[in-house]
Amino acid sequence: MNVQSKKPITAAEQSLLDRYSERRDALQGDASVTELRDGLVHDFAQTGLPGRRIETWHYTDLRTLLKSAPSDFSAEAGASAKPIVPDSIVLSARNDCQDSAIPDGMDVSSFKELLASERATDLLASKRSDDFIGRVNSMFVDGGSVVEVSKGAKLEKTIEFQNASLGGHLHTRMSVNIGEGASGTFIERQIAAGKTDSFVSSITDLTIGKGAAVTWIISQERGVSDTHLGQINIRLGEDARLTLFIANAGGHLVRQEVHVTADGENSDFALRGVNLLGGDSHTDITMEFDHLVANCVSAETLRNVVFDRARGVFQGQIRVAQIAQKTDAKMACNTLLLSDEGEFFSKPELEIFADDVQCGHGATVTDIDENHLFYLKARGISDSKARAMLVNAFISEIVEDLEQEDLVEAFENRFSEWLAQHA
Amino acid sequence: MLEIKNLHARIAEDGTEIIRGLNLTVKAGEVAAIMGPNGSGKSTLSYVLTGREDYEVTEGDILYNGESILDMDVSERAASGIFLAFQYPVEIPGVATMQFLKVAMNEQRKARGEDELSTPDFIRKVKEAAGELKIDMDMLKRPLNVGFSGGEKKRAEILQMALLEPSLCILDETDSGLDIDALKIVADGVNALRSPDRAIVVITHYQRLLDYIVPDSVHVLYKGRVIESGQKELALELEKNGYANIIEKAA
Repeated sequence: MNVQSKKPITAAEQSLLDRYSERRDALQGDASVTELRDGLVHDFAQTGLPGRRIETWHYTDLRTLLKSAPSDFSAEAGASAKPIVPDSIVLSARNDCQDSAIPDGMDVSSFKELLASERATDLLASKRSDDFIGRVNSMFVDGGSVVEVSKGAKLEKTIEFQNASLGGHLHTRMSVNIGEGASGTFIERQIAAGKTDSFVSSITDLTIGKGAAVTWIISQERGVSDTHLGQINIRLGEDARLTLFIANAGGHLVRQEVHVTADGENSDFALRGVNLLGGDSHTDITMEFDHLVANCVSAETLRNVVFDRARGVFQGQIRVAQIAQKTDAKMACNTLLLSDEGEFFSKPELEIFADDVQCGHGATVTDIDENHLFYLKARGISDSKARAMLVNAFISEIVEDLEQEDLVEAFENRFSEWLAQHA
Repeated sequence: MLEIKNLHARIAEDGTEIIRGLNLTVKAGEVAAIMGPNGSGKSTLSYVLTGREDYEVTEGDILYNGESILDMDVSERAASGIFLAFQYPVEIPGVATMQFLKVAMNEQRKARGEDELSTPDFIRKVKEAAGELKIDMDMLKRPLNVGFSGGEKKRAEILQMALLEPSLCILDETDSGLDIDALKIVADGVNALRSPDRAIVVITHYQRLLDYIVPDSVHVLYKGRVIESGQKELALELEKNGYANIIEKAA
């Protein structure tokens, strides 16, 4: 460890410490939970926010990017937004007020119950020192849901979890267990329901059982001055299939971490990400994938569109254990950089200990193709409309990978609306 | 309809002058063929007429229906009725052909102050025009020009021309890469568009296309200028004797 003179405490750090002192006694959990939270806060007081010297946070230096944190906590907002996909089952991610009927084969309870149980300390304990999102969430979490999808259940309707903030702090945790052979489509919507700034941490622990098939979508729709720290921790069982679709089109300072462990053979994982970045926002997708067993497939494709002074980051680390032979892992990160002041950082990492694997990665950065633009304009399509068509074309290939018609249409509309406002 | 007066144009990036004092007049209802050896400025002329920003006009003027179009950008010229059938139509992945056709038709209608087409009307128009050009509707379900054969791309260009109903059509080496059957289909498509209030400029290397699209006038372009104009017999003479005699005569 490098010993350093202690850095001066930032305004945001002080604010988080103050909020904890105020909130400590009102938070859920028994003495052991409080002790654990106190320990995390003690660590935080020593280390502070992760900065550029911490490798996994190098491009998202919270010490400089996080200027302040709100002084109050969000009231429970429930789930009142119209669903992205019509006819979805809409639930509050915080299980605070549920109107929709829970479908057969699915059970939902409050995370608060889990916080009161013996399992709480295991769940909240954060093992890694650079897991700031895990740590800050464990410090403050006071709501969420526990979702069980039973063995063999086929959920026909899309399930939409809304994690809405009315402004202020919001710290949510979801624990989702998809039983053997079950299937379903889930949307985790991170939405701003209030006008004041939010500081959100949201963690989802998702376990996909043997032979289960899931599409999980994270739709980032926070406000232009909100901070969102998201994390999804995934365990993939044998023969499990998961498409994780991240649709980032909102927020001011956003980091979405994806941690995947493939510990059953023949699983198939696809990450599809669209980053629509504008204004002076900062958006980071950081993925770590552990191939622990043989014969698994993972493929990540990101398409980023950068306007204004926006900055984006993609870090993808694939680790292949020595016994994880026949692993097939691919990573691609394509960026359309539409502004001289925009930036995108792409950092792929492969750590391979097996000798019979296929692993690859690639990154591209480009501007709109002038030949394409001229062709469209030569047919009478105005410059702005032609550009919007070409940007849509760039991301539509990813959206089409969702394959379900209602999802494709819903996200095409969402992205077109965003582009109409920003392009 | 089209009057090009002492036109000088250069490549914006490096200043190389390509068009050097070009004069040409094409009347409504006329089909004008422009021929010339490689590097004479034929394709550049088509780009300058459509307003491509890679080229700068340094002198002279282009009048379309009596008014200068030099201040109009590419899409404004297209919406006013100038159409270029590309020598090499570009493939645009992710843009569906039908969506592109609909946007183009409606944007032009909008620019002219007309109502947008309803979807059934649009599909009917496309089906009719595609049928005439022997274009399979399945081809139009693909992304724009992606995976189209050379012949399919050229037919798709003529389809766009038929749907957009321009008044000045510029065909840039539309015959290149076509077999004889495809050439006939494309030529029939162009001939069907001949009308008293439409002018067509056919840029070509070879006389062959002019057997099918018979021109009213033939102009020889050399080093960025029209050095000889005549009637359709001029094309036959070029086919027989090459450009050497005419170039010599002009020099």
